[in-house]
Amino acid sequence: MIGVIRTALRAGFELIERPFERLFSPALNPLAQLGALGFFFFWIVAVSGIYLFIFFDTGIERAYQSVEYLTHDHWFHAGVMRSFHRYASDLMVVMVAVHLLREFAYDHYRGVRWYSWFTGLPIIWLLYASGITGYWLVWDKLAQYVALVSSELLDWLPIFGEPIARNFISTGTLTSRFFSLMVFMHVAVPLFLLFIMWVHILRISRPKVNPPRALALMSLVALVGVAIWKPAISQGPAALATVPSPVGLDWFFLPLYPLTNIWGNGSVWAFLGAFSLMIALMPWLPPLRRAKPAEIDLEHCNGCTRCAEDCPYEAIRMVPRTDGMPFLTQAQVNPSLCVSCGICVGACPSSTPFRRTQDLRTGIDLPEFSLKELRERVVEAASGLVGDARVLVLACEHGGAAGRVEGTVVLPCVAMAPPSLIDFVLSRNLADGVAVAGCAESACYNRLGVMWTEQRFAGMRDPYLRARVPRERVATIWASALAVKKADAEIKAFAGRLAKLPPKPLRSPHAPSTASRSPAREPADLGDET
Amino acid sequence: MSWALRMVGQFAVIAALFAAVAWLSDRPAYRQIPEGSAEMMLTFVHGADRRGECRRLSPEEIAKLPPNMRRAQDCPRVRRPVYVELDLDGRNLYRASLPPTGIAGDGPSRVYQRFVLPAKTYDVDVRMRDTARSEGFDHQRHETVNVAPNQLFVIDYRAESGEFIFR
Repeated sequence: MIGVIRTALRAGFELIERPFERLFSPALNPLAQLGALGFFFFWIVAVSGIYLFIFFDTGIERAYQSVEYLTHDHWFHAGVMRSFHRYASDLMVVMVAVHLLREFAYDHYRGVRWYSWFTGLPIIWLLYASGITGYWLVWDKLAQYVALVSSELLDWLPIFGEPIARNFISTGTLTSRFFSLMVFMHVAVPLFLLFIMWVHILRISRPKVNPPRALALMSLVALVGVAIWKPAISQGPAALATVPSPVGLDWFFLPLYPLTNIWGNGSVWAFLGAFSLMIALMPWLPPLRRAKPAEIDLEHCNGCTRCAEDCPYEAIRMVPRTDGMPFLTQAQVNPSLCVSCGICVGACPSSTPFRRTQDLRTGIDLPEFSLKELRERVVEAASGLVGDARVLVLACEHGGAAGRVEGTVVLPCVAMAPPSLIDFVLSRNLADGVAVAGCAESACYNRLGVMWTEQRFAGMRDPYLRARVPRERVATIWASALAVKKADAEIKAFAGRLAKLPPKPLRSPHAPSTASRSPAREPADLGDET
Repeated sequence: MSWALRMVGQFAVIAALFAAVAWLSDRPAYRQIPEGSAEMMLTFVHGADRRGECRRLSPEEIAKLPPNMRRAQDCPRVRRPVYVELDLDGRNLYRASLPPTGIAGDGPSRVYQRFVLPAKTYDVDVRMRDTARSEGFDHQRHETVNVAPNQLFVIDYRAESGEFIFR
């Protein structure tokens, strides 16, 4: 059932994401920056909130007056800031909601990712608590409604001896100190929220907490435009002897408030409890089957740190050397954080299929899918290729090419393939071209696999794809699991381009086979260089 | 697509999203009571008498108590429930026996009830029983009140003066 919902939701996201990727480019795609935009809007709310606090008065009468003063008399700075404060808060809710749905749709919440998913739950609660206490402070009709319904909700819980909602039914019961308390709450809760946001990203390597500058700038300019077009205003002073109706609700922060009237407070609490419980348990419904974590082979590890730098899950750290070898550090895998994506294998300089050792070993390897096995599968898949444009596909198991059979080797992540594997395939004439087919560019299942692959191929990140590898014979194809046709079409187009290329020159000085494209070529040698 | 055109497209999408968010930040308006109606609220916090009578302790019993806990009387903690009725125009709108709060049942009883009514003139009759009597009422108030549209008409009870407050 959950799988069906996830697939349907994912198809929905795919519909939006592709046009977004085309318009914004994968790097600027807002849907791939939801977490970073959440942080960005938090900072806008924080800065604008500090600015507004300069003008705010905590007196019971003066609270409303001070907000009116800054909204109308100083609309060009404080009024704009008020709009910033409100709309950035609403946008943060939108970012959090879409972020949650997208992580669910792309199955980014099970396995070791349970931690970020789980710590997202208090973020939702604290975000709502921050917003609701903020609406209280304006002390207009909406604030009165929020105060009454919030306190009635709290009164339903068997915590308070006297109904706190009684404080909001006549003016005599409310004092200015109450607003001082609310200001304290409205500062303390967001501070705690920020702390939990930090906890939320603790286990993520290179978390995106800042959106790309161009996206941030456009968001800021759009926010200014919206603040001038539709400034945030109050809804008339609170009058406790009246019912605040009708009232302009903020449907992002207060969608459940009308339900208290329809369902009753107990049902709303039951809904919130069920929602929270479901979110909390989802990473284990059902649990993700985990392959055995990566293992270090100290004989082949020189402590270069590349695996630790490339790991998207902070699962590898460098520790002092234990085997007496003349290196300062060695890699150490934390099994509870490792997802066995193999990105570390692709990053290790020892991971070269050219090695002539009988038992191909590398510094860090996956027990259930070793580099040796990868090389064997590549050779086997390539042996079945025929024709003038033989394409070997290295496919990500989460991408659109994962279902291919012919000439395809499926990996947990394309970044598991060391660049030397491409060199190996082409220089050994195992194929005429190599297509590396991963996830959608802005929705990499293992977060950094697409980026590392591109950077390695571009010579921007160790280990590089060697200069001798003809780039026209290497294609990168980024297509999600639902974009099977796109992946197939791009692979066919790549084969078409290959067919038009002149015969491939043999560059490897030790390659055993000829450079011809004869289908009846010699079996490939498995290694020769080291 | 040229760079500039692309930028315009990107900005248009972002601005449209932000404008939609701004619009939803206070629209559509929500009406919690129908137009032309008002709310009547019956709410108070009041502790009824305790269930049993206090008993004077004998000198021997007092002597047995620790020096810092010696007292002349032993009073039961548990309070009686408060019984309350509210009639509008002679018809009963609410009646309840409100149990005492607290784990030991020694806290005050409390009520917080809202009623949405058409705005008009009403004969309000509220009665409460907070003693051991089984019939009749200890406190009551009857009054004709005019409830205006959108008014929050509150019926409270003030224990200090022992009377119901209408406001």
